[in-house]
Amino acid sequence: MSVQTPVTPTTERQVSSPYQRRMYMRRRFISTFHMTMSHVVTLLGLAVLAWILWSLFGQGFSALSLKLFTEMTPPPGSDGGLLNAIFGSVMMVGIATIIGIPVGLLVGTYLAEYGRYAKISAVVRFINDILLSAPSILIGLFVYELVVVPMGHFSGYAGAIALAIIALPVVVRTSEDMLLLVPDTLREAAAALGIPRWRVILQVSYRAAGPGLMTGALLAVARISGETAPLLFTSLNNQFWSTNMNQPMANLPVVIFNFAMSPYDDWRSLAWAGALLITLAVLGLTIAARTLLAAKSRMKG
Amino acid sequence: MSVKQFRPGFDRGFHNLTFGLSMFVLLLLVAILAYLVMGSIPVLKNQGLSFFISSDWNPVKDLYGALPAIIQTLVTAVIALVIGVPVSFGIAVFLTELAPPWIARPVGVAIEMLAAIPSIIYGMWGLFVFAPTFGVAMQHWTMANLAPIPVIGPLFVSPPMGIGIFTAGIILAIMIVPFITAMMRDVFTTVPAVLKESAYGLGCTRWEVVHRVVLPYCRAGTVGAVMLGLGRALGETMAVTFVIGNSHRLSASIMGPGATISSSIANEFVEADSKLHTSALVTLGLTLFVITFIVLAVARLFLLRLKKQSGH
Repeated sequence: MSVQTPVTPTTERQVSSPYQRRMYMRRRFISTFHMTMSHVVTLLGLAVLAWILWSLFGQGFSALSLKLFTEMTPPPGSDGGLLNAIFGSVMMVGIATIIGIPVGLLVGTYLAEYGRYAKISAVVRFINDILLSAPSILIGLFVYELVVVPMGHFSGYAGAIALAIIALPVVVRTSEDMLLLVPDTLREAAAALGIPRWRVILQVSYRAAGPGLMTGALLAVARISGETAPLLFTSLNNQFWSTNMNQPMANLPVVIFNFAMSPYDDWRSLAWAGALLITLAVLGLTIAARTLLAAKSRMKG
Repeated sequence: MSVKQFRPGFDRGFHNLTFGLSMFVLLLLVAILAYLVMGSIPVLKNQGLSFFISSDWNPVKDLYGALPAIIQTLVTAVIALVIGVPVSFGIAVFLTELAPPWIARPVGVAIEMLAAIPSIIYGMWGLFVFAPTFGVAMQHWTMANLAPIPVIGPLFVSPPMGIGIFTAGIILAIMIVPFITAMMRDVFTTVPAVLKESAYGLGCTRWEVVHRVVLPYCRAGTVGAVMLGLGRALGETMAVTFVIGNSHRLSASIMGPGATISSSIANEFVEADSKLHTSALVTLGLTLFVITFIVLAVARLFLLRLKKQSGH
């Protein structure tokens, strides 16, 4: 730093020789080219998103009617609704949520609280991450072998179990992350008052991480609401109104799949309506989860 | 006196409960593997390893060869990556380096929304909207322009139906782009501003900063993101089942109809009436499990390295 380097005020001097100038133009060209491509692919991505939403909303809204919520899935060639499928989906997602979320929360609790530094936790985290992105159709095969084969028939319960297994790793992941955000000083303050660990977790950690845990739960519900592959051979389908979870049960994703693949126009337009319903539900849940998290970070300042 | 006493039993109990359920997660993966292996025994006993190298899939004669499904699973995933990775990279660069915050935020949210849309929607859109327009036009073009070329010509021969392996690859690409983009963006934002500013200070162009500073810094994370995208493309069921055309034939063409592992299972499992057919489909599932497990494990290892590097 002691040596005073002479200041070169003109930028022209730096690019004066023809070689340097060529080099500089070349570098600028390459950069501009890549940055232009970056704009182009972003526009392309947004255009495809718009195209998908456009066709989904266009086809879906024109098929939307009150009948969807009051009538059963029709035989081919006549019109009807999706009531039994909507009911079945709600039941299966509901039961999967009741099983998957508490279990996931407790596993997340172990990873973030009791076993934060345990060796086995690293293994559980790794396996959980694998389960998180494992192909969902394999979960369907697994539940088929585990539940459907011993029971001897497809059932709504089997579908709910498959969905619960898919929800589980999502909840584990988010609840661990959210609990880790709770400052340790809070836990220490509670522990200093002589409160046992389990009450610290229930009344301090859970309460502080509340909105985050809700977010995780909502994301898990959003994830399983649209899952189709694991239901194809667990809950199968049912053309009629059925509240018996021990029997094959209609559900939106499988009805959409079957109706969309059919050659009947009535069925296809019902499939579009169902697709719109599912997309709205999933996007609604995702937006709710995001706003919850945003509200939380605003609260923190 | 009814003062609440400290009862260590409760704490022990809660600890054990959470620990036990964590072990349940491990057990789950082992159980999935075990059931898939058990389910594949009949067909492997019957056909041995020729299951994996035979290309004859004939449920009527109870003969099963998995080669076409395995190859076409890999081909669709590779097509999806070849299209999807550069696009994701471009969008991630746009979001982190080029766009002002008032654009980057809504575009980022839109990308995340796109990632949340269920795959069956992509499949339906692919079958009813994409294939009849773009897919058909594309196949007409390749038939006219690429098919007559010797040597590589047969790759592009197909009936102009719009559906096929290549269409499935494109739909998969559309599906994995938001997924990879979101991860790449998160990784790119971890680059310390000082590093980039020093490079700009030395006179680097934007592309040089991205190429020589951001990418090397994020190598592990980028590879991890791509591998997770690959895992997703390999195992995706519904988006592919709608548009691939379901034909168990090994043909040279990448434009024509085919079948992937997951689309075969989705299409045939319920209708499979012989024990061997069911078992063959479960064995396909086992194969998919092994392939995706390796891909996902590698992805996670890369991402773990990233975490250690950034010091979390």
